[in-house]
Amino acid sequence: MTDRLKKQASFDSPDDVYQLIIDMHKGLSDEESQLVNAKMIVLLANHIGDAAIIAEAAQLARDNTLSRHAKETV
Amino acid sequence: MVYVPPSFEPTVPDAVASGQVDKVPVIVVGAGPIGLSMALDLGLRGHNVLVLDKGTQLSDGSRAICYAKRPLEIMDRLGFAAPMLEKGVSWNIGRVFFKDTPDPVYSFDLLPVKDQKFPGMINIQQYYNEEFNIAELEKLDNVELRWGNAVTNVDNRDDGVTATVETDAGTYTLEADWLIACDGAHSPVRKMLEMGFEGETFRDNFLIADVKFKHERPTERHFWFDPPFNPGQSVLLHKQPDDVWRIDFQVGWDIDREEIVKPENVTPRIQAMFGDDIEFEYEWISVYTFNCRQVEHMLNGRVVFAGDSAHLVSPFGARGANTGFQDVDNLGWKLDLVIKGLAGDGLMKSYDDERSHAARINILNSTRSTDFITPKSKVSSLFRDAVLELAHDVECARGFVNSGRLSMPVPYPDSALNTPDRDDWTGGVCPGTNSVDAPVIHDGAEGWFIDHLGWSFTVVVFADEDGISPEMRKHLQAFLQSDVASKVLVISDQQDPEFETLSDCKGLLAERLGAVAGTAYLFRPDQYVAGRWQQAVSARDLIAARDRALGIVEEAA
Ligand SMILES: Cc1cc2nc3c(=O)[nH]c(=O)nc-3n(C[C@H](O)[C@H](O)[C@H](O)COP(=O)(O)OP(=O)(O)OC[C@H]3O[C@@H](n4cnc5c(N)ncnc54)[C@H](O)[C@@H]3O)c2cc1C
Repeated sequence: MTDRLKKQASFDSPDDVYQLIIDMHKGLSDEESQLVNAKMIVLLANHIGDAAIIAEAAQLARDNTLSRHAKETV
Repeated sequence: MVYVPPSFEPTVPDAVASGQVDKVPVIVVGAGPIGLSMALDLGLRGHNVLVLDKGTQLSDGSRAICYAKRPLEIMDRLGFAAPMLEKGVSWNIGRVFFKDTPDPVYSFDLLPVKDQKFPGMINIQQYYNEEFNIAELEKLDNVELRWGNAVTNVDNRDDGVTATVETDAGTYTLEADWLIACDGAHSPVRKMLEMGFEGETFRDNFLIADVKFKHERPTERHFWFDPPFNPGQSVLLHKQPDDVWRIDFQVGWDIDREEIVKPENVTPRIQAMFGDDIEFEYEWISVYTFNCRQVEHMLNGRVVFAGDSAHLVSPFGARGANTGFQDVDNLGWKLDLVIKGLAGDGLMKSYDDERSHAARINILNSTRSTDFITPKSKVSSLFRDAVLELAHDVECARGFVNSGRLSMPVPYPDSALNTPDRDDWTGGVCPGTNSVDAPVIHDGAEGWFIDHLGWSFTVVVFADEDGISPEMRKHLQAFLQSDVASKVLVISDQQDPEFETLSDCKGLLAERLGAVAGTAYLFRPDQYVAGRWQQAVSARDLIAARDRALGIVEEAA
């Protein structure tokens, strides 16, 4: 796997961006929120346009989650 | 029902009564589209071929109806693409629908790729394909077709095969150097050799209804995700010749296979789609479950597998028959050279390597389509719906919508037959990839590049204004000194005094091959690139590349 995913902060004002993401879900049902998230991922993936970077982000997001939430395997 | 497949008289050869054991070079088991085209390919190369089919009729129903560009090029080489194009339906407009919204999520225009001989895809019933193929076979007296002849036993040895064949009047025995098993998905030959056929069966069924409508409809392909007339499932509608429409209903796993195909049970589905007053008659109704599987090896001693006997894919993307024709294209020239004693040890193995690789890629593609069309999890369903909703408004989401991808030829980038590039290339066609096409002028007549490739090894050389240099000519002449059928094509606006010459009238050939004056490509007999050189190719380079593509391994010096 490449190591090109940017892991340093990009935004001078991260609060604005964070709020943007939260506001995206204002007044939505859980189901609608899920759809909005999925659409957001699709749009951003297309914008990035680099499968290797998307693969890196996917792996990081997955590993980070599993390392915290993985159930004890039998 | 309207359609009755044409049938043939069963053959009872003399050997049944006499007990004589005849010896033939090649037996092809199965007269489906793949066995028939295999026999035609080898027959046109001059080999004696015996085709055995246990049945006595052409395809029962329309079955494979989509034929893509590459298989059409192969059928053209074999001589029956013209009637396919003449009879077949070309469609340009495709529309994708989602849920109950009557206007499409989006529409696309499958414009024929410009400046190539064949369109991206045509629709035509499988039995026409078989019929046109048989018409060509009948012109050859070195190919014999025996209907009502079932192969019931195969003894596979290092030096040949003994086959037991059953007819209505009794059994007989045949000896052959090679046996090609084109005996379909349930391949009895595969079972006789106890070969693995790994993969998965999808827990889903499709109901096919071929119908004729009373009133004309536009020639468009429509695909519905989760429409109200088939909730939670997909429906596909496209057109065949003779005003027949194929409707494919996804119907899920838990069905009564006998009940579901009864016209009285299909009619309400069609009325739900088109309205209660739609007038139509049935041509064919069938139900099928699909598998994605592949045989462990496509070559086993003197038995070779091609077509459905070797691999099965989901119906999305029409890869079934299309892939099989490419097996034939790959195997024909190799077996020809092996039989003539001109090939190295690696050539037959390369058939297994290249086509097993292609089968894996096809299965991957068709599994991806299946996962999009019938999502296996909640989150997969969520993304599918998100993409479909987004696609209505945003162009970039449309690429993710997967209702089956057009069947494209699979390149063999890692094939042992390839000569790796010596130069830095940024464009053109890589070794192990099938050729592009482009318009050319030959002997004053407009035509296509692809028509001048195939059957033999072909060196394509791009000349400068003065033609090819005397030095290059010597190299080309030396390359032609071989028992292996080889030819030279010069790309130039002036006729070469010695070699077949094509004028690259629109400059597209040079552009598509990334060529300049002095560039040379070596094509295999199946129109795949064996090697390429930007400049200064020598006879040594060409001969070494041809040897490599013949499976002759260079001795370490
Ligand atoms: C209902 C249905 C719908 C389909 N729809 C599509 C579609 O829309 N698009 C698509 O691309 N593909 C479709 N396919 C698949 C497509 O028809 C196959 O991929 C194609 O026919 C494969 O050709 P083949 O020559 O390998 O095998 P087949 O056409 O199956 O031919 C095998 C032949 O071998 C003969 N045979 C079997 N055993 C023996 C034996 N022991 N001795 C002698 N002969 C024997 C059989 O009689 C048969 O004629 C469909 C298939 C089915 C069944």
